[in-house]
Amino acid sequence: MEKRIQLPLTEEVAKSLRAGDSVLLTGTIYTSRDAGHKRMCETLARGEELPFDPKDATIYYVGPTPAKPGQVIGSAGPTTSGRMDAYAPTMMSVGARGMIGKGARLPEVVEAMKKYSGVYFGAIGGAGALLAKCIKKCELIAYEDLGAEALRELYVEDMPLVVIIDSEGRNLYEDGKAAYLSRKK
Amino acid sequence: MREIQAQQITDVVEKLCIEANQFLPKDVQGAIRRCRECEDWDIAKGVLDQIITNFEIAEDEQVPICQDTGMACVFLEIGQDVHIVGGDLREAVDEGVRRGYDKGYLRKSVVKDPVRRGNTGDNTPAMLYTEIVPGEKIKVTVGPKGFGSENMSAIRMFKPSAGIQGIKDFILETVETAGPNPCPPMVVGVGIGGTFDKCALLAKKALMRSTDIRNPDPYYAELEAEMLEKINSLGIGPQGFGGKTTALALNIETLPTHIAGMPCAININCHVTRHQTEVI
Repeated sequence: MEKRIQLPLTEEVAKSLRAGDSVLLTGTIYTSRDAGHKRMCETLARGEELPFDPKDATIYYVGPTPAKPGQVIGSAGPTTSGRMDAYAPTMMSVGARGMIGKGARLPEVVEAMKKYSGVYFGAIGGAGALLAKCIKKCELIAYEDLGAEALRELYVEDMPLVVIIDSEGRNLYEDGKAAYLSRKK
Repeated sequence: MREIQAQQITDVVEKLCIEANQFLPKDVQGAIRRCRECEDWDIAKGVLDQIITNFEIAEDEQVPICQDTGMACVFLEIGQDVHIVGGDLREAVDEGVRRGYDKGYLRKSVVKDPVRRGNTGDNTPAMLYTEIVPGEKIKVTVGPKGFGSENMSAIRMFKPSAGIQGIKDFILETVETAGPNPCPPMVVGVGIGGTFDKCALLAKKALMRSTDIRNPDPYYAELEAEMLEKINSLGIGPQGFGGKTTALALNIETLPTHIAGMPCAININCHVTRHQTEVI
């Protein structure tokens, strides 16, 4: 059974989620990949403000294709999250709580998630055409020169996600595989 | 001697870039559907259903299956009796990529320098491979390659004493290490033999082969089947959430090699294993 979640992602909601939960996410999220994260962390290092309010924010690791005429956004599936591992703890330290991507995370990221009550959601990698259907609004808010990697504000409705790592460090990539293998015995 | 205009090559490359990104090859679609039927783990069934819906939407609405529309790998098999006229071949191919990625609303994912970065803005240059073959035709294959899976690929120069067991262990180790990152269910391309560079190319070419076609050598056809089964016993499952379907296919290509070596390259592709071919 899917859990419906309304953003922003408060600490209370974050702590209620468990690795393996299927969720439908509704609300405002922000897109960023490596180049955008690098800039945001440099901005923070200079003591300046981010282009959006990071408190309880959720960041989607995505670089969409260009929208065809009439489309809100082009295909928009997740990119490999590990490339953002160098920046994710810094983002969480200023309040960002949710991350949407695919693939494994480093132990440092999981530690930061436990410290700041972060949640790592997985979207289906390679399902860019399907995921674009949940994106109802898309507005470019910064770093336009980065093209597909520019920072965008999205409004999503019932975005289908799975909790991969929860705020207590449980990990679906480890537990799901173990559960499947033990079931077979 | 047959003359072929460079412009014709541009037109075909443009068309194939767009088609490859919108239409998942029927063999890959079939493999995904068969795996869905055989899957015995609930979360995995759900993931495969979404993957199927996704490629159906892409085909119906003519939009990219995945937002990583890849680096354009272009393979040209050029008949030795062909004379290309009216332009430079490399430029003709790049112009096809440029137009295809623009007109097809595809993402431009190429940087002009590997260290200093900077997007080229038009997805060029293509990764171009040419081969001279008998005849007076040009066979053009475009395989857009995403990098979530490319990054999980590996090559190793084995001593011959490592034998077949060394290769089997390397395949499983590479897939296990890749885990959820390359968007499983994956297609695994394996190159064995040749030199360091040729071996990597064999692995890439293995990904351009239909998932329905086995290696013509029964020894390697059996190895393909055995390793696919072993990979699908790892439990990684679709997206790495656990399950049976970790790989859709494993294709092996081989070449003779040196008495002192046994190179093995593994090129991993995601469930969006794309390629389209046309003959001019």
